[in-house]
Amino acid sequence: MTRVNLALLILIACVASLPLFGGAYALRVGTIACMYAVFALSWNIVGGFAGYPSFATAAFFGFGAYATGILLNKGVPLSVAVIGSLVMCFLLAAALGTVLLRLRGHYFAIASLSLVEVFREMVNNATDLTGGGMGLNIPLASGSGILADATFFFYAMWALLLIAAVVVMIVSASKLGFGLNCIRQNETASNMVGLNSTLYKSVAFGLSACFVGAAGGIYAAWVHYIDPSDVFDILHSVKPIVMALMGGLGSPLGVVCGAFVYLGLEEVVWRNYIQIHSGVLGLLIIMLLLFLPHGLISLRSGMFWRKAKHV
Amino acid sequence: MLAVQVLVNALVLGCLYACIAIGFSLVWGVLNVINLIHGSFIVLGAYLAWGAYQWLGISPWYALVIAAPLFFAFGYLLQRLLLNRVISAPVLVTLTLTFGLDLILNNAMIYYFKADYRKLTLSPPTGSISLFDVVVPVDRLIATASALALTGLLYLLLRRSKVGRAIVAVRLDRDAAVLMGVDVKSIYAIAFGLGAALAGCAGVLMALIFPISTLTSSAYLGKAFVVCVLGGLGSVSGALAGGLLLALVEGIGSTLIGPAHATTLSFVLLIIFLVVRPQGLLGRKGFE
Repeated sequence: MTRVNLALLILIACVASLPLFGGAYALRVGTIACMYAVFALSWNIVGGFAGYPSFATAAFFGFGAYATGILLNKGVPLSVAVIGSLVMCFLLAAALGTVLLRLRGHYFAIASLSLVEVFREMVNNATDLTGGGMGLNIPLASGSGILADATFFFYAMWALLLIAAVVVMIVSASKLGFGLNCIRQNETASNMVGLNSTLYKSVAFGLSACFVGAAGGIYAAWVHYIDPSDVFDILHSVKPIVMALMGGLGSPLGVVCGAFVYLGLEEVVWRNYIQIHSGVLGLLIIMLLLFLPHGLISLRSGMFWRKAKHV
Repeated sequence: MLAVQVLVNALVLGCLYACIAIGFSLVWGVLNVINLIHGSFIVLGAYLAWGAYQWLGISPWYALVIAAPLFFAFGYLLQRLLLNRVISAPVLVTLTLTFGLDLILNNAMIYYFKADYRKLTLSPPTGSISLFDVVVPVDRLIATASALALTGLLYLLLRRSKVGRAIVAVRLDRDAAVLMGVDVKSIYAIAFGLGAALAGCAGVLMALIFPISTLTSSAYLGKAFVVCVLGGLGSVSGALAGGLLLALVEGIGSTLIGPAHATTLSFVLLIIFLVVRPQGLLGRKGFE
């Protein structure tokens, strides 16, 4: 285990102690923080390791949310429903990946973006299963009080984050991670040396979708009501990219830090500038891209006493 | 007769779709940037037409003449001052930058115009003409004719003028164009400005037909994506072919299986085209 991975695990462990310090608000922010970190880590598998600019996060988030919501309405227990949507998301994404990941660059970005639209329209039109534009009500999981519920969902999301982080660490140390790295650097060359890039990319796409889908499931059970424009919001696709850019592409510790910093900024902006919050977010994105293109992680290498080297 | 009506509707709408997509296609083809702010430019153009008519009494035909230079200047400056700094960065960076710009513009429009739907209603109304059993509203017809005229104008510009030839040269081979003495930076800015101007003009035309709201910007952007991919990048005729094909598919699809599925159908078509024929209907291979 490298030092960076250890730091990531310690960071996640620190987040777990959050309920000791605050009330319901801290729990809500903590749950969202874990959800965002799962988004960023998942996106990093396909966007950071393999270098494919995916905008499909919202598609699988919504898919997971609806799959869990429908299963819960049919009386399936929460744990089974979430694990079920995780598996479904993995299989669906891996299957779609074999087709979509043939595309490169802009074309892949647009195809993954339109995946969100297709899923949203399909959910919108399948009224008898999903409730369509009216949204889907999800039964309360337990009646044990607000704070107990909030604590339960916080730890559920936290556990998911822990699993995602461990999987990402295993992937990055494994042959799969090495292969994805090769694909990012030069896909044609890695094909030439006998790497099955289609398989690698599909597995990466599946892995990047399954935790997002599970997060969607927990989210659905947590908020008790979902509708297509909420869970298939294109911002769910863009936020992980901003987080990853903020923290540093490709580094698991970096993207998790990016997710937390992003959430902090978002909370401050929401609280103070409710009318222009998305404009401020846009401004933030632009500043970030212009002035800190390699993310927060690029700040670490002793730049305070040495001249910073360009990465 | 229904079939003819569907066909005529598709023809009318297709030209407008082409007009939406053509600026987007130009920017994508020349700068290699997916310009996510395009949809918001269109909505801003629509608001400009609405404001000019409502407050100043300027008819939308003249608003077209006002919109073009204003949007060109806006786009030119945006590219020169902001986009140019990251133009050689990977796809992700330019894409995210235009997304950030889009958030700002969209938010600003919601702030100033509020989120209400607005409609530009001409008085007196222009009515509609019917030939045999086919009915076409006149305002829609005029909008289509203007869209075609704009498309033709861009075609002429790219074919005949010196700047246009330089734009095409940069699109074909950037490095060779530099060697031939083309100032790539200013061509980039001009191409982006042209894209913005076309988006603004398309917005003015859209204001005649559709309700105006900031919420529609992503729908326009989606149309631009689909048309570009269907028709092929960077060529005027490609955008026209893509627009007509999209309108035809949507028209036939919504007549046969219901209008709720038209959007799904168009995006499924997009994904199929991306996988099977990424160079589009009229595009040439290796041109992306």
